[in-house]
Amino acid sequence: MRVTFTVNGREESADDVWEGESLLYVLRERLGLPGSKNACEQGECGSCTVYLDGLPVCACLVAAGQAEGRQVRTVEGLADGGRLDPVQEAFVECGAVQCGFCTPGLIVQAHDLLERVPRPSDAEIREALAGNLCRCTGYEQILDAVRLAAARKMARKTAQKMAQKKARKAD
Amino acid sequence: MDFLRPTTWEDALAAKADQPEAVPVQGGTDVMVEINFDRRRPPALLDLNQVAELREWAMVDGACRVGAGVSYTTVIEELAGPLPGLAQAARTVGSPQIRNRGSIGGNLGAASPAGDSHPPLLAAGAVVEVESLARGVRMIPAAEYYLGVKRSALEPDELIRAVHVRPATGPQYFSKIGTRNAMVIAVCSFAIALHPGERRVGTGIGSAAPTPRRAPEAEELLAQELDWGAPLDPALAGRFAELCAAAAAPIDDVRGAAAYRVHAIAVMARRTLTWAWNDHLARRAA
Repeated sequence: MRVTFTVNGREESADDVWEGESLLYVLRERLGLPGSKNACEQGECGSCTVYLDGLPVCACLVAAGQAEGRQVRTVEGLADGGRLDPVQEAFVECGAVQCGFCTPGLIVQAHDLLERVPRPSDAEIREALAGNLCRCTGYEQILDAVRLAAARKMARKTAQKMAQKKARKAD
Repeated sequence: MDFLRPTTWEDALAAKADQPEAVPVQGGTDVMVEINFDRRRPPALLDLNQVAELREWAMVDGACRVGAGVSYTTVIEELAGPLPGLAQAARTVGSPQIRNRGSIGGNLGAASPAGDSHPPLLAAGAVVEVESLARGVRMIPAAEYYLGVKRSALEPDELIRAVHVRPATGPQYFSKIGTRNAMVIAVCSFAIALHPGERRVGTGIGSAAPTPRRAPEAEELLAQELDWGAPLDPALAGRFAELCAAAAAPIDDVRGAAAYRVHAIAVMARRTLTWAWNDHLARRAA
């Protein structure tokens, strides 16, 4: 069957999709988006986390046909052109990466957390990332990265607000 | 394999009548695992994601009518007030990603003895609304819904429309044993619901028998002997725990031993009754 949906703002179609195929397979093998990783195929590891209509989900458990007409955002769609998202920057800076396999899923999941909860507690970070398994780093740098990203996003928002205020006053 | 995508409930019922062997898929958190691992090759998948009314809940005749497609995340965010037991259980399901997709209807459809929704639904006296094109709506009390390991009273041409649960009139608790605080299939679980108006206590046992089940003798004991105005008698709580454990019929498997599960059910029964009773007395005092 043919499946058409929006990926990272662009409408994409895949042909000859098997009816039992997962969204993850279509993304990786048919649309050339290998950022989302394929590991457990049972929703345990979180490596394939993507946004589906704005909610983070395991792409391995979404039937490709269920994505028809919907909005998908993958880790490839987080950066703004050449500029990394603050979550991505923070992962690089904190060394929250070792083999890198779990990283895309963690980044999408952390991104969602900070969209919903700008200043998460450590307990909230742990809860949000409970379904993303990392077998290398021991998670400490990952928690550091999320904290750093949260602080940066808050600082940027504050700076933006100040600039807006200034501009308004100047008017 | 066919991939059926009805957009209305009527079309979904028609599709299921036409192809009763089609497997309904909502969040995919059970169905897709089986397909990914080659454990199941149904002739058709019946995608229910496009049937918008399944994702809604509303008050109907004094009960919360929770659509079969309502996700665990929605239960946690919107139903923790009226359905505290179900919301507590929903919080223990998988990860945020799984809770965003997994649904109450899917849990009922899979009818796994380890499903987290079942004990609180049993304890609260929920009723499952199913429907077929040929015979219309059937209302099945949760206690009669589970028939065997992953078997339910749902007929092949029927779909689960909703589950009806009366808003809590007393404290409710859910307790679950697992190796971590997240991403855990229950070793066993227990739910309790106090119904002070009826002087009754509801129970639900998970993952400790071929089906989720109540502990009727334990419920009867409390109906007979609880003094609703007094502190909980530890001896009565102990007997309640024993009867709950006696209602379990677990097996040894990879997640735990039968003897451990029986013991754990007793412990969880006593604990949840104690927590609920403390809340009950505090509410009376307030």
